[in-house]
Amino acid sequence: MSDEALHRALGLTDDEYALVEGVLARAPNHLELAMFAVMWSEHCSYKSSRLHLRRLPTSAPQVLVGPGENAGVIDAGDGVAIALRIESHNHPSAIEPYQGAATGVGGILRDIFTMGARPLAVMDPLFFGPPDDARARWLVEGVVSGISGYGNSVGVPTIGGELTFDEGYAQNPLVNVLCVGALPRERLVLGRASGEGNLAVLLGSRTGRDGIGGVSVLASAGLSGADGAAALDEQKRPSVQVGDPYEEKRLIEACLALLDEGLVVGIQDLGGAGLTCAASETAARGGVGMDVDVTAVPLREAGMAPWEVMTSESQERMLAIVRPEDLAAVEALCRRWEVRSAVVGRVTAPVLDTAGAPVGMLRVRAGLDGPVLAEAPAAALADEAPLYDRPRARPADLEARLADDPADEPAGDLAAEVLATLVDPAWVYRQYDSQLFLNTVVGPGRDASLLRLAGPGLPESERGFALTTDSNPRWCAIDPRAGTALTLLEAIANLACVGATPAAVVNCLNFGNPEHPEVMWQLSEAVDGLAEACRATGLPVIGGNVSLYNESAGRDIDPTPVLGVLGLLERLVAPPPGWTWRADDTIVLLGPREARPDPFPLAGSLFARRRGRTGGRLPQFDEQALSACRFVAGEVARACAGEATSVAAVHDVGAGGLASALAEMSAASGVGLAWGDPRGHAELFTEAPGRFVVATRDPAALVASATAAGVEVTTLGVAGGDRLVLGETCDLAVAALAERCASALPAALGL
Amino acid sequence: MSLVGVVVFPGSNCEHDVVRALGALGGRAELVWHAETDLSGVDAIVLPGGFAHGDYLRPGALARFSPVMGAVAAFAEAGGPVLGICNGFQVLTEAGLLPGALQKNRGLTFLCQPATLVVASTHSALTRAAHVGDELVVPINHFSGSYVCDDATYLSLVEHDQIVLRYRDNPNGSRGDIAGIANEAGNVVGLMPHPERALDTLLGSADGRVLLEGFLAAADDAAARADLVAAP
Repeated sequence: MSDEALHRALGLTDDEYALVEGVLARAPNHLELAMFAVMWSEHCSYKSSRLHLRRLPTSAPQVLVGPGENAGVIDAGDGVAIALRIESHNHPSAIEPYQGAATGVGGILRDIFTMGARPLAVMDPLFFGPPDDARARWLVEGVVSGISGYGNSVGVPTIGGELTFDEGYAQNPLVNVLCVGALPRERLVLGRASGEGNLAVLLGSRTGRDGIGGVSVLASAGLSGADGAAALDEQKRPSVQVGDPYEEKRLIEACLALLDEGLVVGIQDLGGAGLTCAASETAARGGVGMDVDVTAVPLREAGMAPWEVMTSESQERMLAIVRPEDLAAVEALCRRWEVRSAVVGRVTAPVLDTAGAPVGMLRVRAGLDGPVLAEAPAAALADEAPLYDRPRARPADLEARLADDPADEPAGDLAAEVLATLVDPAWVYRQYDSQLFLNTVVGPGRDASLLRLAGPGLPESERGFALTTDSNPRWCAIDPRAGTALTLLEAIANLACVGATPAAVVNCLNFGNPEHPEVMWQLSEAVDGLAEACRATGLPVIGGNVSLYNESAGRDIDPTPVLGVLGLLERLVAPPPGWTWRADDTIVLLGPREARPDPFPLAGSLFARRRGRTGGRLPQFDEQALSACRFVAGEVARACAGEATSVAAVHDVGAGGLASALAEMSAASGVGLAWGDPRGHAELFTEAPGRFVVATRDPAALVASATAAGVEVTTLGVAGGDRLVLGETCDLAVAALAERCASALPAALGL
Repeated sequence: MSLVGVVVFPGSNCEHDVVRALGALGGRAELVWHAETDLSGVDAIVLPGGFAHGDYLRPGALARFSPVMGAVAAFAEAGGPVLGICNGFQVLTEAGLLPGALQKNRGLTFLCQPATLVVASTHSALTRAAHVGDELVVPINHFSGSYVCDDATYLSLVEHDQIVLRYRDNPNGSRGDIAGIANEAGNVVGLMPHPERALDTLLGSADGRVLLEGFLAAADDAAARADLVAAP
């Protein structure tokens, strides 16, 4: 194969190949070309999105580490820091669901303990096609068992996520994973090399041929899709890595022990682009060079070429930078945990380029002092991928879609509509250990998850933290800017239900093919929407991930920005109120009864989607709704601190609208409610965020305090009886609601 | 005060939780590495939950060969209190310290959920502080938790009052709704549910307290016996 053909096969364009020649001032050899191809892939370099991501606000007083490191880190108080990251593993999961999802979990855990933090919890937002066909079921069962099989064994609880079924994900499912960890503030470490003569020690699994080209072949190109073309995707299966949670568990314990004992000066995980990425990023961040002895890397199989060793994405590996005098102690500690360690390189001083500036060179050698097989500036590999301002175009049908408002849809059978919105994802989350570390106060299946801020090696504390992941592709398909902003509001409302004040945001931007101008427009709009909402709420974005080329057979997914939002509680000694109301509780709606510009917008709702309506006008981002969030968070936080509050139960209005929220609470309580006067079906099914159903035993006190806080209160009725009655045409037995919640998902999956 | 040793195999993951739970009940516990062969300093032993040695081959099959297990067997033989929780129960059956085996759940999925247990016998180091018929809500968290044994073993378990905990609503297909059993002497106990996860209503249930308090009392008794023997 000629060099020109080779660079294209590796995923580099002709222009990018010319840039590589410019950087090296010569033609690259095959090994160098392979290294540039993985490092300059979309997945590693963010070359299509970086220009836009710069517009996100990233600073706030609590931020210790912002975007660009392995994870974002904030100060949680009491000397404890929290590390947070979100990632996608979409294409691997589409091709090999068990291993794709499993290695997604493994990869993000390494990003967290690389910072010195013990991983405390994982969340998994999942998006599949409708579960009524065999392939979708194979994907659902494979992904869920992959998360369960890896996450449970590695010893990190999975505390929540999202489960979305929509036609748009039938060929290209999305498997995102968020991980949170905590560490004593002073132990924070960064992934950088320093100290000429220090050693680069590879820890963990041996290197094999699995996962070669994962970032370039797999993650940075579209899927072929259905029908005969699926066979092409089958051929990519060797690019999916294979995970070993037992290896990862020992690697976590060994690395945390190395950090505890101060035996490493820097540490970096090997993820996408493998050793090339870990070596070039640590060297580039430290402003130093590194020599890597490719013959010293422990191999899983014989006969691997240097380019395979340097780009393999074999899992469960870390690169530690170690002072020579500490090597024996590092090796002893690794032996205790049965973790393999091998010196594979050393830190070198930067050299001076022709202009006299210091440049850290990454050199791949055969033997530490042997012949040089490849040589390139570490920063050129890690940071100097081309930056693309790809063409953006508003979709041609945008105006028509915005004008196609579902307000004119007839109500239809309201009772059937309510039942259709009810799905308890318990079948999924029962397969996850959600309780390890004795921190989980509110686990999966509720508005947000709530945990004590505690764990092995952390100081005792009464603090708590909450996490939610949110997305709304129905909104974002109509208006990615407004939709993303509303998604943040929805996340803040979810956190409020468990009493948490939001503190930081991470985002996973799942979009289609960036070479399609409409997709780039969606991405740019979503970034602007998130930036605006973050500024309105004072929240920093501390990390993120961009997953592009989510397309199959030429069809892009709907824009799916997933937000992970972390909230904090000062004192967590009692559980929050939850969804359960009692007979004779007064049930109220807290927050603006009417949205703007339309009072009860159905655009982007499940109600509209189920009728094939995908247009209309979204509600505005509402300051009143934000006030309601703050009020509810304050009341619930009082309950969590063991103080009196007038809130006895709370649930925010989300997918399925007010009708669904009332039905879920009614089903959870086993107690009914009659609400006589909803203003038509639109009020029942609008999903404008930042509104809450609250049960109270002291309505006068609640009305007084809410009114004082400027929050609107609408009394819906008094709980009681065994039926949920909404207006004149919707009357459902509470038992039927509970039965539908429990059976919907197993029935849909044919179990 | 007695000291409980909590064994850590590579792949264990509930060891810190058990230490923390026993500490919250006023007990004293420390981690014991699986390569240890001398258990003379401890008064009771817990094999915690997790995936010892990755659960490779099958749960507990490799852990029974860890160096510490010889000492655990001798400790059990001498009447010392030994508690296996979840994976620890699996290890005890593989090691032959408890009869029967744990196979995959009836539904062939992992299950993490609360389970209502009924105390069937108080003749054990774990259930000695409870009452027969007590209902306790304690989480389960396992893939291979379905207890199986042959008819003779089952009849023997019944005859010798070795079935200590049963599920009220059998979640995994266990024979006789068995959630936990003891050896004939009652000093070695294994159960699939996690009592350390049910210590605080903040986390959903405090029903596990009576079990671990009983186990700590057994540890104290063992310590007192050891003092008696050591005394001239």
